[in-house]
Amino acid sequence: MTQRVAITGVGAVTPLGVGVETLVERWSAGDSGIEDGLGCCTEFDPTEHLSIKEARRADRFTQLAIVASDQALAQAGWEDGPSVDPDRVGCIIGTGIGGMNTIEDQLDVLRGRGAEAVSPLAVPMMMSNAASGVLAMRHGLKGECYGTVSACAAGAHAIGVGLRMVQHGDVEACVVGGSEAGITSLAQAAFEGMGATSPSGFSRPFDARRDGFVMGEGAAVLVLESEEAAKERGAEVLGYVTGYGATADAHHLTAPEPSGEGASRAIAIALADAGIEPDGVDWVNAHGTSTPLNDASETEALKSALGERAREIPVSSLKSAIGHTLGAAGAVEAAATALCLQRGVAPPTVGWEERDEDCDLDYVPGDARTLESDGRPLRAISNSFGFGGHNAVLCLEAP
Amino acid sequence: MPTANKEQIEERMTEALVSFGAEKEQIKRDATWESLDVDSLDLVELAQILEEEYGVKMKEEDMKDLKTVGDAVDFVADRAES
Repeated sequence: MTQRVAITGVGAVTPLGVGVETLVERWSAGDSGIEDGLGCCTEFDPTEHLSIKEARRADRFTQLAIVASDQALAQAGWEDGPSVDPDRVGCIIGTGIGGMNTIEDQLDVLRGRGAEAVSPLAVPMMMSNAASGVLAMRHGLKGECYGTVSACAAGAHAIGVGLRMVQHGDVEACVVGGSEAGITSLAQAAFEGMGATSPSGFSRPFDARRDGFVMGEGAAVLVLESEEAAKERGAEVLGYVTGYGATADAHHLTAPEPSGEGASRAIAIALADAGIEPDGVDWVNAHGTSTPLNDASETEALKSALGERAREIPVSSLKSAIGHTLGAAGAVEAAATALCLQRGVAPPTVGWEERDEDCDLDYVPGDARTLESDGRPLRAISNSFGFGGHNAVLCLEAP
Repeated sequence: MPTANKEQIEERMTEALVSFGAEKEQIKRDATWESLDVDSLDLVELAQILEEEYGVKMKEEDMKDLKTVGDAVDFVADRAES
């Protein structure tokens, strides 16, 4: 028998501040954390949260994950480590790139001072699995542990994998999430060079004026736990992850398949996994990157997977408020989705004004919307798609 | 080869260890790496700094015999002066 999987802790560091509550409150109020065309975590000061040793041994992407995990585990009541058998707690953290800051810094050292000056900390800081390993050490999580790497779908894949581990009883709980700190000169130049980022510096998902994504950074971590174990220990259930669907476009290195076929299949698989029909979905927290291609093909995917229901429900993009946090996005958006469902609110796609003929759904312009259902718990899907043609969709449900 | 006295070397080493996260008050000649929470990765970095500063190469096998701050200071001082 598969286990029903509860969320018992969430944490995040985003351009809208430290904490998921702050994120959801500010997003709902229509605030934006984007300044000068970038979504930086300006309110995050690693020295407030980490010792000198911890900070200097962790790339910024790991630092962000550490702070998000501290919040998530504290909310789950696990400040001093899991109260269940630590051998039965996993840790899966996704990232798009990993320790980008470290790679660039050490390349400067190599070119400036030679090979012998390269730091012995370079490898453990730059490796994409650093965040998962460091969180396991910090919190004493001794079950299955690794990083997922699938560009902008990495955070969602991490949650999907963690969900399966708990459902199948491989672990009793799994600390899952995503983290990214890719706002570096090389990454900025590279994304700009391929025409992915916005020349205007505005994140306008689904808007006719959209011209690319705005780079963001951040992290989010969730504690997933079997509902049975959570209830047994009296933990507060913040929501449920009820379904997961993941597919590949097998189409192009960066461009999404225009009809959204791969994304649509991922949505359909996630709904079937959750055991619900399209009319059981009340809100879509979209991938909505603000690139011309993604937003059009995602709209197609939603219409194809949800049918008429796609036109009846609100579709919001958090990236309108914080930019694209790449490998963290799927986790940040899932954490925000859980809290939004708990509050019964669909925050707006901030700044949406001009309808595009290829994007003809309700993208929640202006103010946040109240979500309603006929007595049953509210449900949403959270979409994540990555370069490489990776699609990962999660179904979440309010407690 | 640059010359340096033991005090200067200890001062430079203390500065490095503090930047690694060790408590300054605990850094004394007889303090062991374990007591300062200095591990193998820190020692490689320390060796890089000392080599750059004093031109003294500290190989992995040398490091094995250096158990305390004082051991490392003496090691560097002996070779920097020779």
